[in-house]
Amino acid sequence: MNARLRWRKFVSNFMLGLTGVCALVSVGVLFLILGYLLYNGGTSINWDFFTQLPKPVGETGGGMANAIVGSAKLLLAASLIGVPIGFFGGIYLSEFSGSFTASVVRYAADLLNGVPSIVIGIFAYTVVVLPFKHFSTLAGAFALGIMMIPITLRSTEEFLKSVPRNLREGSMALGASKWRTISSVVVPAAYRGILTAILLALARVAGETAPLLFTAFGNRYWSNGWTQPTASLPVMIFNYAVSPYEDWHRQAWAAGLVLLGLILIINIVARTILARGIAVPRS
Amino acid sequence: MQASPKAGLAVNIASTGVTKGESHAALPMRMTASHVNFFYGTKQILFDVSLGIADKRVTALIGPSGCGKSTLLRTLDRMHETVTTARLEGEILLDGQNIMAQDVTQLRRRVGMVFQRPNPFPKSIFENVAYGPRINGFEGPIAEIVEKSLRNAALWDEVKDHLHKSAYELSGGQQQRLCIARALAVEPEVLLLDEPASALDPISTAKIEELLVELKNLTTIAIVTHNMQQAARISDFTAFLLTGQLIEFSPTPHLFTTPTDPRTEAYITGRFG
Amino acid sequence: MKGAGPSVGSRSLLSRLATGDEFARLVTLIFAASVVLITVMVVWQLWTNSVLPRHKFGLRFLISDVWDPLADQFGALPFMYGTLVTSAVALLLAVPLGIGAAIFLAELAPPRISDTLQFFIDLLAAVPSVIYGLLGFLVVVPLMRTVIFPVLNKSLGFLPLFKGPSYGVGFLTAGIVLAMMVIPYIISVSREVLLSVPRDQREAALALGSTRWESTWKVVVPFARTGIMGSIFLALARALGETMAVTMVIGNTPKVVASLFSPGYSIAAVIANEFTEATGDLYVQSLFELGLVLFLMTFILNGLARLLIIVTTQRGSGVGNA
Repeated sequence: MNARLRWRKFVSNFMLGLTGVCALVSVGVLFLILGYLLYNGGTSINWDFFTQLPKPVGETGGGMANAIVGSAKLLLAASLIGVPIGFFGGIYLSEFSGSFTASVVRYAADLLNGVPSIVIGIFAYTVVVLPFKHFSTLAGAFALGIMMIPITLRSTEEFLKSVPRNLREGSMALGASKWRTISSVVVPAAYRGILTAILLALARVAGETAPLLFTAFGNRYWSNGWTQPTASLPVMIFNYAVSPYEDWHRQAWAAGLVLLGLILIINIVARTILARGIAVPRS
Repeated sequence: MQASPKAGLAVNIASTGVTKGESHAALPMRMTASHVNFFYGTKQILFDVSLGIADKRVTALIGPSGCGKSTLLRTLDRMHETVTTARLEGEILLDGQNIMAQDVTQLRRRVGMVFQRPNPFPKSIFENVAYGPRINGFEGPIAEIVEKSLRNAALWDEVKDHLHKSAYELSGGQQQRLCIARALAVEPEVLLLDEPASALDPISTAKIEELLVELKNLTTIAIVTHNMQQAARISDFTAFLLTGQLIEFSPTPHLFTTPTDPRTEAYITGRFG
Repeated sequence: MKGAGPSVGSRSLLSRLATGDEFARLVTLIFAASVVLITVMVVWQLWTNSVLPRHKFGLRFLISDVWDPLADQFGALPFMYGTLVTSAVALLLAVPLGIGAAIFLAELAPPRISDTLQFFIDLLAAVPSVIYGLLGFLVVVPLMRTVIFPVLNKSLGFLPLFKGPSYGVGFLTAGIVLAMMVIPYIISVSREVLLSVPRDQREAALALGSTRWESTWKVVVPFARTGIMGSIFLALARALGETMAVTMVIGNTPKVVASLFSPGYSIAAVIANEFTEATGDLYVQSLFELGLVLFLMTFILNGLARLLIIVTTQRGSGVGNA
């Protein structure tokens, strides 16, 4: 082996080793984040955190009960807005529409998906906050719901389309109407993928902060009903983290741990459902 | 029938008795394979295959789909090592040296390969051919090497004014000749071709066959083909494989006119495969 | 938007609706159409709610660096500058790391390890912006102040990029945090694209006596280059629209300066910080116009990215045909 070849082989091993380092570093970021959250927030997760309201500025202690409930309400209402539009819209694209309408709707969904979340926030502000002259849970849910639409729409369409033709034809050959076929055969066949998509969409908006800044805004107390501003986990984390109070930093870490834990769990569950196999094998 | 490890010595491989055409025994062997057994994981693909690739001749490997001929070809430049479950037993020699004992990068420069579907790099025609010489640090002006290789591949006249165009602008047949030129540019001692014309139209196929017969003056050739007529047309020696075993190996005229094994006869008369 | 044809009267429409299918078609159409409606409304709102500054400043809005609410003077330059600089820093850090990792996952790692690592990368992509901001503000900012700034300032402080004091927050900090956020996008897409490169490209390179690195870097990666570019555009689009993480670490000062250690501002950050406090129509609408600018930037980038990725994955199957 001559010197040149020896050098080339050295370079090869070195560079390939470097790519391994890059992979390790990239994956390491995830564990770094988890590590910091666990270390700094782990000790602050206690009963108080889940049950108490925030204490007034400057006082230590208290919790984020209202934020947790607020986030739950927001996500529930957002799903009620975003999921039906995405789901039924997806059914339309997959089962009924012509190709031109389909490409228009798909393009609109992709466009909507690419809109920065802060822009969605100011949009929701003009549509839901301004007319009623106050911030509200509904406004926040509206903003988050819009963000759920593109993911739900595209995934529903994709998974419905992947249901094999012979399943549909089998049903129609028995005399079932198109809608009957869709509702009792096609959708159930694709339910795993659609459910996964909904979960992933939920996980995505659960962590969104920017759209809530001008819609749900925030609240240091309980928010009753749906027309009052409400606290939410992401916004609390934001406010507490940039504050000058050590105690609030501690609580921000705890909230971050809870939020990220929730999101990661949803993600892992969703991906496991998908990995277990789509109910109908793709052709 | 054992393969002698000494370089340049004639090796008596085939057990087929009197043969027409050239005698394999009298020729020097560029490469020899001895008792090759090949596995993907636990599944065995090749069973005790031994043969010799004669220097400056064309050796064809034929057989029905799945018989292992491509697998055998790919062991000759250790290309099987790109698959992690592949396992090779037995000895393969290039010029008397065990190919497993030398550096694989160096080996592959000496034993070139042309693939079934033309696969030029996403570069210009010139850069495709220049790639090999460049990375191997060839001395001398690259442009001359490129021209020589393209001439040897019977492609120069068609592309000499378009060297800097993308290789993908060429037709399928031209792309394959480009791949041959690319392989020739590193001056290999052996050129392996895995069904090089199977993706091409008849005219391009004919051009490539013509080319291969010429090329054996430059380099030793081993070709896998599922087209028996092609093997009969261009090769000096033919090996017939069936389900991983070497059934018969003789000079081409002999194998196609008076095959020794009944299975060979069944294959070449089209009774299966 | 009706399900019935144009020439059919209302009575026929009603009778057709009686069959479940036509009704279902109409209902699902309405849902699908609402997606288009919402999208159109978003763009329309951005346009109509920015009419005042568009008329008052015209295109000067994009090049003015004065942001003075009290004097009713608004210019987008500091925010565009901040958005672009932080994104550029992010890409400079994330692209080499991301492509390197993608190469490892696609070319080197055995399939199981590759899939496992990709799973973790997907989880990383799911981490919300505010968590990165939390980490950024409470960990990276102090790190910048105590370690990164002293080191860089001492060694490279002669360059305008690395001059000046550091308060921990600033363009570089935001760039670092953004880099962490966009790496998963680069890795996921690049890995897909690299895996789609036909095997025999790599084998042809090896057959010419290339080392593994040479075959990867000089043949496989160039083959996939358009798709990799697409992944970079996608990452850039994500970085541009990023709000929370940047807001928490950029320093919130509308300035156009060369030093990476200086505090700055981004479009998304200024909207987040000042929208609820903006008084006066011109102020609010200027923020809307900034939103419009941001929307256009991400719109163009996303479009380009999609185009590039489609071109590459199609190329993988279409090349080398006889």
